[in-house]
Parts: sequence; structure tokens; C-alpha cells
Amino acid sequence: MIDKIFFILSALTVISASMVIISRHPMRSVLYLVLTFFLISAHYVLMNAQFLALVNIVVYAGAIMVLFLFVIMFLNLNKEIEQHKGLVIWLAAIIAGGSFMLLTMAALSKTTLPQATDANYNIGLVENLGATLYKEYLLPMEISSVLFLIAMAGVVLLGRKEKIIVE
Amino acid sequence: METAAPQIFSSIPLTHYIMLSAALFMIGLIGVMVRRNVIIVFMCIEIMLNAANLMLTAASSYYGNAAGQIMVFFTMAVAAAEVSVGLAIIVMIYKNLRTINLDVFNKLKG
Repeated sequence: MIDKIFFILSALTVISASMVIISRHPMRSVLYLVLTFFLISAHYVLMNAQFLALVNIVVYAGAIMVLFLFVIMFLNLNKEIEQHKGLVIWLAAIIAGGSFMLLTMAALSKTTLPQATDANYNIGLVENLGATLYKEYLLPMEISSVLFLIAMAGVVLLGRKEKIIVE
Repeated sequence: METAAPQIFSSIPLTHYIMLSAALFMIGLIGVMVRRNVIIVFMCIEIMLNAANLMLTAASSYYGNAAGQIMVFFTMAVAAAEVSVGLAIIVMIYKNLRTINLDVFNKLKG
């Protein structure tokens, strides 16, 4: 039963991720990417990592994709259909990507993964991961807030109107 | 709160998740090489980030070590900051050049 769910979810994930790069319309790409993120969240739920599933939906599908949609609508790009590159570029890219995949598979076939023995399966629940985050990883957590402050200041600085317009 | 181990750890080997992550990463890589729209290239980078996140989460869940999932959490935080700055740069480039075709952005080439 669960292996059927896994294979269906994986197939849907790969198909919707491919549609992101195939579809010509930027708006459709964004919507397919949102679908991909939801399917990846389903994988997280399948692996008993509920906290990450929630954060993935809230941060990626919620915040980041809204930013993308906002920029596409703001720049009014939904009319501009980009013409695709030639077949040669597609072929070269697929060969390059496929050789990456081949390399991964070859490395995987030579590797024996260690067997999980006394694994704790509850680490991904919200309360357990939150406790770990605030007990053991408090300093990186605080530093990431500084990162957000810097990012915010940087965005404000970048988006500021230029005072001198050179003709 | 003790629950039984989810069925997935016994029925799906970790290798399947490695293959799925590699496939997603490959799709993102092909997209970066093929598409010329900056926003779509940016989205392909997000797909690659998510493939890495999926791999980290799978390994972390299968071996019962929370460090991988914490790493994914911080990756998501950094990705959010990165996207905000990157989109601001794209908007400013569009204001100056009136296009988002990557082939036009060769002013820094010298």
C-alpha cells in the first residue's frame, strides 16, 4: 500500500517539476512549482517529518511563491512568451543532466548504505524538532534572524529610487 | 509520545529517495541550462534546493538523527532571504534594461 503511494507521489513530483521547465508561460511554471512543493510536503509527511512539511508549505508555497507571482504580475510578463532555444540546446542540456544522473546511479551502485539500527522515528514531530532547535541550535537560530535583517535592509536599498537619472 | 515506526522505513529503501532527489536535481539543472527567462531560471534553482532538502530529510528520518532536518530548516530560511534579494535585483534590472532575457545580461563580461 505505502509503496504504491510513494511511487504515485514520486511520479507526480517528477512530472510537475518537468512541467515547470517545459511550459512556456511563466505563470503556469509558478503554479506547477507550487504543486511540486505541495507534493514534496506530502513526501515529508510520508517520512514522519511533519514540522518540515508545515514549514515547507508555509515558507515555500506560501511566502516564496507569492513573491514570484507578485514579481511576474508586477513586471507584466504574462503576455511575453519566450521562444524556446533550439533542439540542440535541449539535447545538450538533457545529455549533461543525464550524465549527472548516471554518475549518481553509478556511485550509488558501489555504495552500501549503513543499516539503521536504533533509529528514533519521532524526531520530525513539531514538539521534538522544536525542542532540538531551541536547545541545541539556539545560536544559529538567532544568527538567521540577523540574516533576515540584512536581507531586508538589502532589499530596501536595492529597491530605492535613484535620485540622479543619467540621460 | 511513542508511536510505532512508520511503515515506509521498512517498505521503501533509502535508495529510492536518493534516486528521486537526483531526478529532481537533474530537472532543475536542465532547466537552468535551457530556459532564458531569469525568473524561470530562479525557479529551477529552487527545485534544485528542494531536491537537496528532500535528500537531507530522507537521510535524517531514516537514521533517526535530527541534525539533517534542522539543516533543512536553516536552508529554507536562507532560501527565503535569497529569493527576496534576488527578486529585488531582477526588478531593478528590468527597470534599467526593460527585459528579463538572460542573454542580454552580459554587461559584466567586460
